[in-house]
Amino acid sequence: MFLITCPFCGEREESEFSYGHEAHIARPENPEKLSDAEWADYLFMRKNTKGVHLERWVHTAGCRRWFNAARNTHTNEILAIYKMGEQPPKEIKAMIEKGKTS
Amino acid sequence: MTKYSIFSLLRNAMGYHRDWQQAWRSPDPKPEYDVVIVGGGGHGLATAYYLAKEHGITNVAVLEKGWLGGGNTGRNTTIIRSNYLWDESAFLYEKSLKLYEGLSQDINYNIMLSQRGVLNLAHNLHDVRETQRRVNANRLNGIDGEYIGPEEIRKLVPIINLDPTIRYPVLGSSYQARGGTARHDAVAWGLARASDARGVDIIQNCEVTGFDIEKGQITGVQTNRGQIKAKKVGVVVAGHCTVMSDMAGFRMPIESHPLQAMVSDPVKPIIDVVVMSGAVHCYVSQSDKGELVLGAGIDAHTSYSQRGSLHIIEEQIAAVCELFPIFSRMRLMRQWGGIVDTCPDASPIISKTPVDGLYFNCGWGTGGFKATPGSGWVFAHTIARDEPHEINAPFSLDRFSTGHLIDEHGAAAVAH
Repeated sequence: MFLITCPFCGEREESEFSYGHEAHIARPENPEKLSDAEWADYLFMRKNTKGVHLERWVHTAGCRRWFNAARNTHTNEILAIYKMGEQPPKEIKAMIEKGKTS
Repeated sequence: MTKYSIFSLLRNAMGYHRDWQQAWRSPDPKPEYDVVIVGGGGHGLATAYYLAKEHGITNVAVLEKGWLGGGNTGRNTTIIRSNYLWDESAFLYEKSLKLYEGLSQDINYNIMLSQRGVLNLAHNLHDVRETQRRVNANRLNGIDGEYIGPEEIRKLVPIINLDPTIRYPVLGSSYQARGGTARHDAVAWGLARASDARGVDIIQNCEVTGFDIEKGQITGVQTNRGQIKAKKVGVVVAGHCTVMSDMAGFRMPIESHPLQAMVSDPVKPIIDVVVMSGAVHCYVSQSDKGELVLGAGIDAHTSYSQRGSLHIIEEQIAAVCELFPIFSRMRLMRQWGGIVDTCPDASPIISKTPVDGLYFNCGWGTGGFKATPGSGWVFAHTIARDEPHEINAPFSLDRFSTGHLIDEHGAAAVAH
């Protein structure tokens, strides 16, 4: 159990939230033009990062609104919370880049 | 390898058990192997064993970053069954159950297989229909199973709560008499000892940090103990499989979640079958030491932390106490988590990959233990022949592009 800071309601227990899996997966604009492999990549393939992971949560037992989070999947530490439609903070992007090279 | 028998036990008892040989060697890695297996859990060790036994490939190393069976092999609730719905899964899990039935003799190591029977409960009309459908599918595939009602459940499990007014009443159950449990550590240790006896090098504390790939062909692995060349590499690392596929440069449809289990204080024999319920996310059996072995569901979020959240256990214990009110005052002795590799269709991937000579065996999710020998057997075939056996051909990585998914959420779900 960890604590999540809902950007609308504040800090609450994890059990109030539902998990929305990997963030920033855009639905392809022209699915009919994709190959089967490209469509499978959109539907099924996931980063499943060990380290800083960008993901979606919804405050099911609260305001029922969605938001994004950056969480270290190794420690469950939540590093940043940002709203839907926004990009992750620069320092988070830097951490992800650093994780790829180290 | 000294054969274990009643006579070796008596002989060693005379010597106060000071002269037992070590069960397997701990050699330094050789510079090159025909096959390197990454991951020294049950599935990896079974793969090495069947590579040596069935295919005569003995120049094999098993690389384990921690200690043997220290991952999910040593963390699961040891349930074995083969009552899956679809033909593809039925053949795979039944192959495994058949191998389990002869495994103690085959590897000369008592894996304490106990075919005590497995019940999968149905709690509503839909459950009942699905359970009956699954039992019928099992029987058409030659797998034992029957659908039983509350009266027969009472005979098998007198302590279960059959009150029709509870939140999730027990309306019926599937019953596979050949299902049961085995000692998980013994499966890992026995397979390690038998593989070692056939010449396989088991190398612990050896973490793979990268793959050597030349023109789309695997040539070896980088480890914390230096480079090891290999003609073929099989990866069987459960929760860390996408860490490996990232190194190899392709994507997997896998997400890693914590799955928790726990044991109670030991008590006298009270339940002599395995009772599982996918609907309320709990499964119960009693170990030979007397502990109740209880399993929970997965945490919804992905994680590599090897520990889950408390509210998952609260829900699972609530279900146990409703099904078995007699357990409500028992105390839990230990609780732990493992990281399981879940696949979108709740079926494993045992497959060739975009890299020649690199093979992946993963996606077993919450229920890999029951498949240990069968998984190793088909994976050894896939590596040795560079093509899948007909049993694991449907479990390829490309099923996610062809659409031929094997949807076992009904038979698998959490209740593996």
